[in-house]
Amino acid sequence: MQTLDLTEETKYLTKETKYLSEFYHLPEFKGLAGYKNKGGYQDLEKALKMPPQAIIDEVKASGLRGRGGAGFSTGMKWGFLPKNNEPRYLLCNADEGEPGTFKDRMMMEKAPHQLIEGMIISAFAINSKKSYIYVRGEYDESIDALEAALQEAYKAGYLGKNILGSGFDHDMDVYRGAGAYICGEETGMISSLEGLKGQPKLKPPFPAIQGYLKKPTIVNNVETLAVVKYIIRDGAAHYRTLGTEKSAGTKLFSLSGNIAKPGNYEVPLGYALKDMIYGMGGGFKNNKQLKAVIPGGSSAPVLNAAESMKATLDYENLAQMGSMLGSGAIIVIDDSQCMVQCLANLMHFYHHESCGQCTPCREGTGWLDKISHSILSGHGRRQDIELLLKVADNMKGKTICALSDAAALPVISFVTKFRDEFEYFVNEGKSKVKGTAFKGAPHASH
Amino acid sequence: MFQLSNEAKQKIQFELKRYESKQSAVLPALYIGQKENKGHISPDVIKELSKVMNIPEAQINEVFTFYTMYNKNKIGKYHIQVCRTLSCMLNGAEELTAHLCKELDVKLNEVTADGRFTVSEVECLGSCGTAPMMQIGNKYYENLNPEAAMNLLRGMK
Repeated sequence: MQTLDLTEETKYLTKETKYLSEFYHLPEFKGLAGYKNKGGYQDLEKALKMPPQAIIDEVKASGLRGRGGAGFSTGMKWGFLPKNNEPRYLLCNADEGEPGTFKDRMMMEKAPHQLIEGMIISAFAINSKKSYIYVRGEYDESIDALEAALQEAYKAGYLGKNILGSGFDHDMDVYRGAGAYICGEETGMISSLEGLKGQPKLKPPFPAIQGYLKKPTIVNNVETLAVVKYIIRDGAAHYRTLGTEKSAGTKLFSLSGNIAKPGNYEVPLGYALKDMIYGMGGGFKNNKQLKAVIPGGSSAPVLNAAESMKATLDYENLAQMGSMLGSGAIIVIDDSQCMVQCLANLMHFYHHESCGQCTPCREGTGWLDKISHSILSGHGRRQDIELLLKVADNMKGKTICALSDAAALPVISFVTKFRDEFEYFVNEGKSKVKGTAFKGAPHASH
Repeated sequence: MFQLSNEAKQKIQFELKRYESKQSAVLPALYIGQKENKGHISPDVIKELSKVMNIPEAQINEVFTFYTMYNKNKIGKYHIQVCRTLSCMLNGAEELTAHLCKELDVKLNEVTADGRFTVSEVECLGSCGTAPMMQIGNKYYENLNPEAAMNLLRGMK
């Protein structure tokens, strides 16, 4: 494993800690033979000899938190399952759709067996005989990689009946989504897997009690499940030495937007955001300057430049700064960009993706989309700025799932932190940064 | 009247038994129906799927209309889907879309006169680090600029 070092020229950290991604550069790591050469499936052998409860305890002790966005303790989530022999399902959430996020896709394409091994260990721990990997429909290459790997795993006896002579049976299959951001919400995903519209379900009951086909179900993100393998390999104590006290481990961050070297980077939690931007990200092209960063996928409140220079990439610090770590998608915005245009782009996204079952979200996202585009077209009124905030305020915490909040929070942070740009736009009818207005209403119909 | 081929029917029968519940086969069956109907789903396709699967039309229809990857209208031989969401926008997605529509002389979501191309804008495709990008059929084309994208299309017959 690599350690951090400080590059003299840049004064920013540039080294990754490749824990999960150590062998992603090897094309052969994708196939079973190459994967086994690097220790693949040895941790499954080890896990199958452990009492299942010991695996759950180890995962709990590791401090691992869900890597898909919510950051909930994985061990605790597993602990909610009923303590009986009722059949239960494990679902892998590979419906990666949070704008800015592209880490799960890389994991599935480069290391499908890593995910599968992590899933079999997890399934053994929670005594599940059947699991599904729900992959977003557009990820054709991921689905091909997983299906090929599943075939290899079955053939080698890692899946099916009596795995490696342990007496544990487990079947795994891939399910293809069909284009809906909301299916990344765990109960929306369950609805979709049931062959229905991907609409989230009211909680409680939580999926651990009543999920897929009304049976106890655990839904975990791709990265989360892959980590389980390494917690078994190295132990919880080692895992806790990576990252911070409350945010244990490494995390894959997807870096995109206006940045010289975009890509996925694995670093320990607690890493400085400025090192991510100016270190591995290589800073800005064409002498542009940092203006804003969305640190955890488009649903995370935006940070201004000063906040970005202070922030560290862990659950606690970003929460303290009023934002969140989310899925680890860092979208960098430079000073040539118009924040009104950025917000309008995101509002179109949330309006398009609202599933429509809760009124505050269905109507609220529509209003936010229309008002922000009205400002963008140069036809905004002064009261529209307050109207945006008022609509957003009426959407928070009032719906079945978090999509409504995910649309409202960016509005509040964009308008509050970059109010001068919004005011200039409604007063002058054009962008403060770009000097023009833009085409108004979004083109595609819903 | 649209009819599924025997091969497609067999595939649907496999999907009906593949999952714990029969209803779970609706999403895969819609893909099969769409492929057989040259890339979009018409009311005829829903009728035929309903008959083959023995699931009410309404139950298939509500699923069909919910998801974006099932096309409601005819599309060209090559369906170009340009990602429009933030990271792609910051890297010139709007210019890319505008250039393709202009060069192909087609409006968004319509089919070119020769039937070859449809250009659509779609939400985040999870390719933000290689923006701007587009998907044609099942394949991703990344790190594009308007001219490079047009050159790719010129090579598609």
